[in-house]
Order: sequence, then structure tokens, then C-alpha cells
Amino acid sequence: MNKRVIVIGGGAAGMQAALRLKESGVEPTIVEREAETGGKLRDWYVLFPSFTPAADVLGELRRRVAERHIEVMTSTGVKSFTSREVTLDDGRRLACDAVVLATGFTLFDASLKEEYGYGLYDNVFTSADIERMLSRGRVAKADGSRPRRIALLHCVGSRDEKVCQQHCSRVCCITGVKQAMELKKLFPEADVFNFYMDIRMFGPGYEEMYREAQQKYNIHFVRGRISEASPTIDGRVQIKAEDTLTGRPLRMSVDMLVLLVGMRANDDNAALAEGAGLRRAPSGFIAPRNLFLGNVESDAAGIFLAGTVSAPKNIGETLNEATAAADAAVEYLKRS
Amino acid sequence: MATINFGYTISKPRAIDMDRNNLRKSDEILREMPELQACIGCGSCTAVCTAGNLTSFNFRRVHTLIRRGEYQGAYEEMNKCMLCGKCRLVCPRGINTRGVAMLIKRKLGDNRS
Ligand SMILES: Cc1cc2nc3c(=O)[nH]c(=O)nc-3n(C[C@H](O)[C@H](O)[C@H](O)COP(=O)(O)OP(=O)(O)OC[C@H]3O[C@@H](n4cnc5c(N)ncnc54)[C@H](O)[C@@H]3O)c2cc1C
Ligand code: SF4
Ligand code: SF4
Ligand code: SF4
Repeated sequence: MNKRVIVIGGGAAGMQAALRLKESGVEPTIVEREAETGGKLRDWYVLFPSFTPAADVLGELRRRVAERHIEVMTSTGVKSFTSREVTLDDGRRLACDAVVLATGFTLFDASLKEEYGYGLYDNVFTSADIERMLSRGRVAKADGSRPRRIALLHCVGSRDEKVCQQHCSRVCCITGVKQAMELKKLFPEADVFNFYMDIRMFGPGYEEMYREAQQKYNIHFVRGRISEASPTIDGRVQIKAEDTLTGRPLRMSVDMLVLLVGMRANDDNAALAEGAGLRRAPSGFIAPRNLFLGNVESDAAGIFLAGTVSAPKNIGETLNEATAAADAAVEYLKRS
Repeated sequence: MATINFGYTISKPRAIDMDRNNLRKSDEILREMPELQACIGCGSCTAVCTAGNLTSFNFRRVHTLIRRGEYQGAYEEMNKCMLCGKCRLVCPRGINTRGVAMLIKRKLGDNRS
């Protein structure tokens, strides 16, 4: 089949979709805005639920993409597109026969929740900061010392009308459990508390990991959302919440406060969707044509959705969906 | 000097202050029965509790408070438990809750002597 499919976005979804297209005899081109492929995977350290290094998964995907001589255009952003033509940020246009949209998600900007003091107080971090610190092999308080008490807060920038993010980001609960375990491994003498509204363990092995965190790692789970954080005179962070299971207000000071930031829709989803005739869900993510029988198809013929561009997902789901999106594109090309 | 009665009192702060609370007893309890840490706060133990259906005793709340280092009144509350063991039959996390009840009584009983 002498057809060309443009895959917009070179994260896990984009790479997997391109691999599958190539396997089916279609010529894919990955168009990636950043200087390298990988998307968010570049920033994660080890992955839940198996503690597999993210670099192993990313390295293998990149190796396959290189080995199969898939064309990759990096440092190339897409401004608008239809199923037959993709317009780049610099105005160039690329012709194609179909498009797989795999532009992923954006991390919630924790500084918007001013009450938690991210960017204002020392020792308030996001889960993404912790991943970077773990990758660099050095997790510490701002002054370099070891934390004795750590709190992780779930649902920062998710399930929160105050910041216009009503959806659940799905992966942050399990990320919070994973990071709590990693922090406890690094600082066995520290007390680690997770503050949650609901614990959502949606994937295989996740509930088991949660239980292990409780029972083996002695991580304390407190049902209640932190209402505010304030700096103490000695550079720690004081937090307040209700311990809803005892019905009493609770406060404590901690050495590190970790905000488990959510996944939100990309800002350019609106413009991209309008140009291509796609629909957006109320969350801002791109809506599939049908949630059951067409969940990798969009409202526009010849445009397919892969990965977190359509909703928060883990890597396994992202990769499966990318395969399905590529298959749907191949079927479409056969028919057209 | 006699205390002047202003007609009101200042209520004690209700907040659980984790900076002040001493978790030593709580840690001892959890070290002996780490399974209690797997509690997910579902309340099944309280729902079936014989004592809880006749008195204000709330087993889930009492053992949660103890885990936060709030021991005041907990021993007296635990004495309402009649060790019937029904809670153990329903706990979805498989916690030996009757064993927990006995352990708490023993540990907090020590505390008082
Ligand atoms: C804190 C955190 C930890 C996580 N940890 C795990 C874990 O341990 N295990 C797990 O299974 N999942 C984890 N996830 C989920 C995982 O990150 C996602 O499933 C995965 O990144 C989704 O891949 P994607 O390709 O859909 O999106 P992305 O990774 O966002 O990739 C999208 C790509 O598209 C590019 N792009 C965007 N817009 C354009 C444009 N207009 N033009 C060109 N290119 C564009 C971006 O630069 C990016 O490279 C975690 C998520 C978070 C938030
Ligand atoms: S996965 Fe957990 S932390 Fe994340 S938004 Fe959903 S409930 Fe909140
Ligand atoms: S053993 Fe005690 S706590 Fe458990 S159900 Fe019986 S009375 Fe209630
Ligand atoms: S039944 Fe078990 S899990 Fe549920 S609240 Fe009681 S001890 Fe906790």
C-alpha cells in the first residue's frame, strides 16, 4: 500500500502507532514538537506497578522505531490538520492519506493551587519533581537534609471545579502509592502520609500495591483533602485537613509536601479540534466517535486517536490503543 | 484569687495535632499487628458490631484515632467491646479485628497503670 499516514506526537502512543502502521505496510511519519521522542516517559523514573525503569520501555520503543527506519521529524510542531494535510508551526504543509493524533496530555500546573504554596515555599514539590529527583539519584529537602516526615496529596488539579478540572486523572493515586513506597525505601526513618479523597486503583496489581504500601511500608493513608499549607519558621510546611474517618480536624508539619498533579487536556486541543472537525469532551480531551465501538476513531473520517489525547491513561492502555488506532487507520485506507 | 466566672469557657481545640501526639503506643500496636495498617476504613466492622448497635461505640473510629495517637478515652471505649468476633467475619482486608480489640485493650491498659 503506497499510503502515507502522519502521526502527530512522538510519545509512547505515537511511536507505537507508527510501528504498527509500518508493520502493516503503510508509511508513517512521526511529527514531534520536542527535540526528541518519548513524551512524558522521558521524565519518569520507574513505572508502576512493576518498578520497571521508564528508560527500558522508552529505549526499546526508540530502538524499534530506528530499526524499522520510521521517518521522525523532531522539533516540529503541528498547528492544524485535516485527514489529508498537516500544517506545521512554521507554515509548511505535509500531504497525507490519514492522520493518527497522539499529542498526549499536559501536566497540571500546581502553582495554580495557590493554597499549597508550590513555587512559593521551600519543600513543596510535585510528583513530576520527585520523578526527576529520583532519576538524578538525589531526593532531599531544599536545604539538602533528609526528610523525617513527608505528606503526599492526591487529586491536585483533578476532581476540582475551582481549577476547571472535573475529571479524575486516574494515574495519580497509584503514582502516589508508588512514590510513597520509593520515599520510604530511601528514608526508612521517615513517616509518610498520603492524603486522599478516594483511592482509585484501576489497574492490574494496583490494589495489591496499595495494600503492600500500607502493610509492609507502614504508609499512613488519611482520608481528607489538605485545605492549605503554610511555611513554618524552621522551613517546614504546616498542613491542615480533616481526618474524615475520625471526623476531626488534623494538622501537622512536614519536611516535604508532594502534590500529585493531574493530567489535563493540552491547550491546543481546542484549535486542533476546530480545524479538523473533532469534538472535545467537557474535560477538554478529544472525544472518540463512540466510547464502545469506535473509541480510537474521531468524528472525522481518516483521523484516529491514540493514547492520552482522548483521556488519562496508563502506558499499557496507551500502547494498546495506539495499536488499535493504527489498525483502524489501515482498514480506512483499504476502503478509501 | 478566686477565678472569675465569665459565664463561658474556652473549648479545647478539637484538632488532631500530629506534631504533639506521641505515636509510641500506636507504633507498638502496629508492630505487633501490622495487618491493622491495611484497614481501608470501610466501616464493616462497625456495621456488624454488637456493642456498636447498642451503644455509641464505633470500633472503626476508635482504632483510627489510636493510629493517629489519640488515646484519650479509647480504653474506656474499647471496654464496650464484648469480644464477640463478628467484626472479624466481615473485614474485607482480612484483619483479625477481634485480635486488634484485645491488643488495644492490653496496650492501653498498660498505659494507665
Ligand atoms: C506523574 C505521572 C507519572 C506516571 N507514571 C506512570 C507509570 O509509572 N506507569 C504508567 O503506565 N503510566 C504512567 N503515567 C502515565 C503516562 O505518562 C502516560 O500514559 C503516557 O505518557 C501517555 O503517552 P502519550 O504518548 O499518549 O502522551 P505524551 O507522553 O504526552 O506524549 C505526547 C507527545 O506529543 C507531542 N506533541 C504534543 N502536541 C504536539 C503538537 N501540536 N505537535 C507535535 N507534537 C506534539 C509532545 O511533545 C509529546 O512528545 C504517569 C503519568 C503521570 C502524570
Ligand atoms: S487517580 Fe486518585 S489522585 Fe488522581 S484524580 Fe483520580 S482520585 Fe484523584
Ligand atoms: S468483637 Fe468487639 S468490636 Fe468486634 S463486633 Fe464484637 S463487640 Fe464489636
Ligand atoms: S472492616 Fe476491616 S477494613 Fe473495614 S473499617 Fe473495619 S478494620 Fe478497617
